[in-house]
Amino acid sequence: MTYQLLGITVLWIFLFGYMIVASIDFGAGFFSYYSTLTGKKSLIHGVIERYLSPVWEVTNVFLVFFMVGIVGFFPDSAYYLGTSLLLPGSFAIVLLAIRGSYYAFSNYGSKDNKFYLFLYGASGLLIPASLSTVLTISEGGFIEVTGGKVKLLYGTLFTSPYSWAVVLLALVSVLYISATFLTYYAAKAKDLSALTVLRKYALAWSMPTIFASLLVFFAIQKHNPEHFQSMLDYSWMFVLSLLCFIGAFYLIWRERSYGWAFLLVMIQFALAFFGYGVSHLPSIIYPYIHLYDNFTNRTMALYLIGAFLAGLLLLIPSIYLIMRLFLFNASYVEGTKPKKG
Amino acid sequence: MHFPNDPETLSRILTGLTLGFHIIYATVGVGVPLMIALAEWMGIRRKDSHYILLARRWARGFVITVAVGVVTGTAIGFMLSLLWPSFMQIAGQAIALPLFMETFAFFFEAIFLGIYLYTWDRFKKQTTHFLLVIPVVIGSSASAFFITTVNAFMNTPQGFTLKDNRITDINPLKAMFNPATPTEVSHVLTSSYMTSAYILAAIAAFSLLRRKDHVYYKKALKLTMVAALVFSFATAAVGDLSGKFLAKYQPEKLAAAEWHFETKAYAPLVIGGFLDKNNEIRFGLKIPYALSILAHDKPSGVVKGLNDYPVDERPPLFVHYLFDGMVSIGVFLIIIAVLYNLAFIWRKWSPYNRLLLRGILWGGPLAMLAIECGWIYAEIGRQPWILRGYMKTSQGATTSDHVGLILIVFASLYVVLGFTSVKILRKLFRNHPAEEELAHLEANAGKEVRL
Ligand code: HDD
Ligand code: HEM
Ligand code: HEM
Repeated sequence: MTYQLLGITVLWIFLFGYMIVASIDFGAGFFSYYSTLTGKKSLIHGVIERYLSPVWEVTNVFLVFFMVGIVGFFPDSAYYLGTSLLLPGSFAIVLLAIRGSYYAFSNYGSKDNKFYLFLYGASGLLIPASLSTVLTISEGGFIEVTGGKVKLLYGTLFTSPYSWAVVLLALVSVLYISATFLTYYAAKAKDLSALTVLRKYALAWSMPTIFASLLVFFAIQKHNPEHFQSMLDYSWMFVLSLLCFIGAFYLIWRERSYGWAFLLVMIQFALAFFGYGVSHLPSIIYPYIHLYDNFTNRTMALYLIGAFLAGLLLLIPSIYLIMRLFLFNASYVEGTKPKKG
Repeated sequence: MHFPNDPETLSRILTGLTLGFHIIYATVGVGVPLMIALAEWMGIRRKDSHYILLARRWARGFVITVAVGVVTGTAIGFMLSLLWPSFMQIAGQAIALPLFMETFAFFFEAIFLGIYLYTWDRFKKQTTHFLLVIPVVIGSSASAFFITTVNAFMNTPQGFTLKDNRITDINPLKAMFNPATPTEVSHVLTSSYMTSAYILAAIAAFSLLRRKDHVYYKKALKLTMVAALVFSFATAAVGDLSGKFLAKYQPEKLAAAEWHFETKAYAPLVIGGFLDKNNEIRFGLKIPYALSILAHDKPSGVVKGLNDYPVDERPPLFVHYLFDGMVSIGVFLIIIAVLYNLAFIWRKWSPYNRLLLRGILWGGPLAMLAIECGWIYAEIGRQPWILRGYMKTSQGATTSDHVGLILIVFASLYVVLGFTSVKILRKLFRNHPAEEELAHLEANAGKEVRL
């Protein structure tokens, strides 16, 4: 494996990690808000809060890691993405800022403020939508470089069926991933009333997810036929992904093994995400940033990879600890242990 | 008035605004975990539940400040790439390592903070819970360490060769451990610890001034003021070393702070005053030889003056006031800490003298002001360079036309975040007054209490 490939793999793994943990978080915010509207709040709010409270900061770090990593491994991408994404990027940051702080505020400060909850719920959908523009832009055709000035073509972006398909996919995936996880968590918590509600959400968002993925396939074929061709070379990954989806759907529908169902959902997204990623290579931002031409120098790459491995040695035990204490600890999950200080 | 609206100026304003806002929460983020750890440790060692309650209440408030620290920090992380793309393109090659390692420090801190906050009553032994705060202290100080090395690199870049916009011969460790690193990192860490100690002391002093004289507040004041004494001396000592560092590696920054134009020995230190048209100092208080001593430890030390630099490579001269502000506040904080601790030892004077308490109350905000002065001095004193000697700030900036809009959006965001975080903090402590929890403690005294 070349350094380049190793570098991009590390980044892609973290982006995937962010996608999963952030989806759970974003979706949960939305469901939390939605459930207050439909009067089911007391049913599911507890489950959501118990899971989210200890981990929200960790979720954020995944994103920071990806961003710092891409600048580290591919310094030129800072130039292209930085200049072109100034507006959508800032939009996403502001939303993230509102969301993160208001989450903490409403959780520790003023309980049950409707407005905070609304902000929290709405930003959960807007953030994935604006972050997904990065992937859209990487397909090429949305950036124009004239005389050394990088410009994002907003007109093209907002009228492209491809970019809307991606936004749609981002939204429904968030809700689907979140609902399947929370179903599992509610089942672990033996909270049957929450389980009933969340299981319904999971089933309801499954079909739209598949529908949106198909849309993206069609749109990409139109937008970037070259990429579509190379996706076909990895079609086995997408087929396996679909099988995982069917498996997960079956389990949830038959009210069985929610843990396995969520695992299948993760594998489903992993396969699709990595299939998309590997077929995208060797270009990173089509056609400006290239895996081999725009990589950082060898020395820095070596150091970064070394730091990454050392970091993992520190992180994996810590993540194991937090999961053991909060995710796989029956009495915490069931809410019989006292919560925060 | 003509409002600047070129992308470079706007980017500089936005960067300064964001960092200036972040640093408030970041300083608290670096220092308060240490104070929490100290309090919990004291509580365990002395079997005194007051200290545990102290740690617990500080931790509760800390969550709110961390939240704002995290979101503004994330904003800077993005903003560096968004506003300074050309700078990051070059710097990314040489200094990506500490930036990257910083995220691991965040991870480490975030994970253990999550665990720490939610496990007060979960372990049989309080010591187990205490152990969980150690990684939080290490993680937050490590992130300050890493990010400060990046800033040190901007002051004294090394560890690479730049030729025709291409970077070669990279040595990431040399870049990270550049000449500015030792003083800058230790000054930032000690000043963060001191500032946090002072802020917590100010809160205790506030309660005592309000005639809430439960021994709980006195213990809080004692703990924080002893820490403040240690760290205020450390801050000043390291600050002195920073001055020597500047004299050697960034003399123009020191000269700008001191309005020192002619290179010469026996140079005086100027406090206050203003410059007239001919760059003559008016009304300033001159302390003979002090600048030479600050720079070289001896009155005969030769201090380089601004006239040795081309006019377009001199930093703005108003940084003089920022430097003066920082140093005067530093001296004030040392005096207050010494007075309190002396009063405590001698017992002739009450350490709860209202004037002294008021001084401590002022100490908290003033320490934060000194942090702001210090940073703005360090950053503006580097101008016109973004990477001293290699890249001018104007070359690093974005060319996008939308910076003005974004500046407005972020400025409003900070206003809202600043106000709400204060509001929430006040509400948090007003709804759960310490008296209530203390009464609860006392009611349970004698019985097996676990906090
Ligand atoms: C409460 C905060 C505080 C206090 C009381 C002081 N400082 Fe400071 N100072 C800082 C907080 C700070 C800082 C915010 O942490 C800075 C900004 C960048 C840095 O390295 O530290 C700084 C920068 C800074 C620099 C510039 C370093 C550089 O640009 O690389 C010098 C020369 C000093 N300080 C010197 C002093 C002296 C002689 C003090 C005497 C009491 C002093 N500081 C008190
Ligand atoms: C947190 C405390 C900090 C504060 C309050 C602060 C403040 C400022 C201010 C006021 C400016 C504008 C200077 C000018 O353009 O005249 C600035 C610029 C800048 N700072 Fe800092 N800074 C801090 C820390 C850092 C750190 C740790 C880094 C590096 C990682 C950094 C990177 C930059 C960059 C890239 C610029 C723009 C280029 C320049 O003006 O030189 N800052 N900062
Ligand atoms: C250009 C400069 C800076 C950048 C890019 C930056 C970046 C960040 C980021 C991304 C976070 C959020 C991490 C998370 O998600 O948990 C953060 C938080 C934090 N930053 Fe900064 N930072 C800068 C300057 C500083 C400085 C100068 C200090 C210390 C002196 C500092 C100390 C902290 C701390 C302690 C936190 C943790 C949050 C808290 O406890 O409040 N940062 N920063």
